[in-house]
Amino acid sequence: MEKVLVKILDQHRKEKGGLIALLQRIQDTFGHIAEEHVTWFSRQLDIPESRFFGVITFYPKFRMRPVGKNTLTVCCGAACHIKGADKLLDAAREALGLSGDEDTTRDLAFTLEKATCIGACNIAPVVILNKQVHSSMDPVKVTKLIKGYEREEFLGYL
Amino acid sequence: MNDHAIEIKVCLGTSGSAAGGEEVLRMFTHHISEKNIEATIGRRCATKKVGCRGFCSKDVLVDVIRDGSKTTYQSVTPIMVERIVQDHLVGGDPIAEWTVREEYASFHEKQYKIVLGPCGEIDPESIDDYIAMQGYLAAKKAMTRMTPDDVIDEVVRSGLRGRGGSGFLTGEKWKVCRRQDAHPKYIICNVGEVNRSLAEGNPQAIIEGMLIGAYAVCAAKGYLYIRERYHRSVERLRTAIEQAREKGFLGPNIFGIGFDFDIEFSFGTEAFICGEETALMESIEGRRAMPRVRPPFPAVAGLWGRPTVINNAETFSNIPIIIGKGGEWYSSIGTAESKGTKIFTLSGKVRNNGLVEIPMGMPFRDIVYGIGGGIEGDKELKAIQVGGPSGGIIPTSMLDLGLDYENLAKVGSIVGSGGMVVFDEDDCIVAVTRFYLELLQRESCGKCTPCRIGTKRMLELLTKITDGKGEEEDLRTLERLAGVMASTSLCGLGRSAPNPFITSFNHFRDEYLTHIRDRKCPAGVCTALITFSVNEERCKACGICKRVCPVKAIAGEPKKVHVIDAERCIKCGACFRACKFKAIKKA
Repeated sequence: MEKVLVKILDQHRKEKGGLIALLQRIQDTFGHIAEEHVTWFSRQLDIPESRFFGVITFYPKFRMRPVGKNTLTVCCGAACHIKGADKLLDAAREALGLSGDEDTTRDLAFTLEKATCIGACNIAPVVILNKQVHSSMDPVKVTKLIKGYEREEFLGYL
Repeated sequence: MNDHAIEIKVCLGTSGSAAGGEEVLRMFTHHISEKNIEATIGRRCATKKVGCRGFCSKDVLVDVIRDGSKTTYQSVTPIMVERIVQDHLVGGDPIAEWTVREEYASFHEKQYKIVLGPCGEIDPESIDDYIAMQGYLAAKKAMTRMTPDDVIDEVVRSGLRGRGGSGFLTGEKWKVCRRQDAHPKYIICNVGEVNRSLAEGNPQAIIEGMLIGAYAVCAAKGYLYIRERYHRSVERLRTAIEQAREKGFLGPNIFGIGFDFDIEFSFGTEAFICGEETALMESIEGRRAMPRVRPPFPAVAGLWGRPTVINNAETFSNIPIIIGKGGEWYSSIGTAESKGTKIFTLSGKVRNNGLVEIPMGMPFRDIVYGIGGGIEGDKELKAIQVGGPSGGIIPTSMLDLGLDYENLAKVGSIVGSGGMVVFDEDDCIVAVTRFYLELLQRESCGKCTPCRIGTKRMLELLTKITDGKGEEEDLRTLERLAGVMASTSLCGLGRSAPNPFITSFNHFRDEYLTHIRDRKCPAGVCTALITFSVNEERCKACGICKRVCPVKAIAGEPKKVHVIDAERCIKCGACFRACKFKAIKKA
């Protein structure tokens, strides 16, 4: 692990990027930013941990919990909202078996997240599975999308 | 052979590819090459991916241009492709039943597409396509035949105002930055939600606009601030930048005049506050995106403390047009104080959802009923929300109002980045307002007290009302909060956050009062205020409601009127939607 961190640090020093770019690189590498990463970089760069946590908790895109292999994003902007984004969220939570404030399945297969507005209002409501945007969704389609994807993934393993 | 080539244009914007555009395009190339169509008919068949042309509800849209006449097919799926190739490409007979209807024409008729025009015509991944439609001629003209001051004068003459937030005159902003002596200067392009179609459909125009802007203010470096989540926009812009570098439109010594300029990405975050220009700069500098106190304004001391021009992608896309055709021509479009056109994403309960570009000053009626084709399912229009979450809610009584900066400001709204959501009779204005406040509260950066605490308190009070616990005193508190926030918040987010409440309370006071006095939600949205019951005369005892009820709150047996147990009912509305005889009452 130390080796990976050193590599990230070297790159960061070379590019002279800001804290956000560094955090992005950590998250791209590990899927999330763990507390021990912050401690390590804080010592190396002599920047207080509080500055790291300040930035991490400010931006919704940074996460401190492990992320699933696939990400399903439900757009919750205004246009999607009035066309039933809440129901899509409920359907997705049910299909993924998420309870309470969980956003990731226990097997780390899926993470469910909300987006404020992704600017695809004219084809609302939308969900994004990994990079693919799916338009004019309804709860049944969301369930099918998740179940179908799980099945495909499963077949892929065979 | 080339003169008689057949062109096939497949829409591959976000919507087009969500509808399966990639596969449609692949099927075209597959069928054309497999059956050797080109040799059979002795013509070249050129397939091309194009950006969004706006009419997204009928994607995938495909244009076939044969012998100079264009046929547009709607809702094309991969299995339809073979017949189009056989009948139309080979046989020359368009398939009438698959082509677009009158609504496609009426959708486009009232629009004035100067910025969006090339989207849907050119291949966004080919700089040659852009150059072929006179791309970079404006930049060349500006940089070889005009001084920076001439360029700024031309932009001032055009009357172009920022297409993002407050609508400040673009030329004036540039002029201030131009006068600064500190170097290097920066130019930032914010690619927001509504702009992504421009980035996907015609990315070179944004780059050309930035280049002209950089020349005018003498900036050495440009930043494209965009969310990584907009994968396609990022890819297209990245390709566009690379191609522009290859052609020498970016890099050292552009047009041989000794001017250097280059653009790099700064990956934005999911934060709504980053639409505020100083917050955006904080974010580029790697800190929490919290707005700065102004003055100094960014044009004087912006990014890294240097003079900075920041505009959004739509503003920059207008620049090559203004330089190319002249500021005077541009200022002939629009109204006295608002020039040019504006792009909106028309969404919500209108029949034709889509991306539209209208001349400033067009009445709402023409937008909703002309371009939008009226309300879905022949329902009643209730209100229009313009300008994103912090815009105002406009009632039907103002349908004939012309849409421009002044009129919107008068009715308590903003042009904003160009969101337009249409509500019908089934939407509850109080619930909608609560939704916007919830979003704004979540996105408030927390730096200044009026916004941080104000949005929280407003949300609590609005939730109290939609939960059926509201009191009339709450409305007065809301009004007071709104007033304080609007006048004392640090940035535009806090100042405009009360807009949805102020405007909706002005125009839909009765609806608020019904929620409070009668504990009723007229639109039947606020779950705490509605009850479901069975209309005994209509109930045919079919049992479908009993089957769909997730909490087993419905009792009944064959040939007996069913009954809903109000105690158990969670008001999910499943029975209401399932009943074929409209026997479930919502009150």
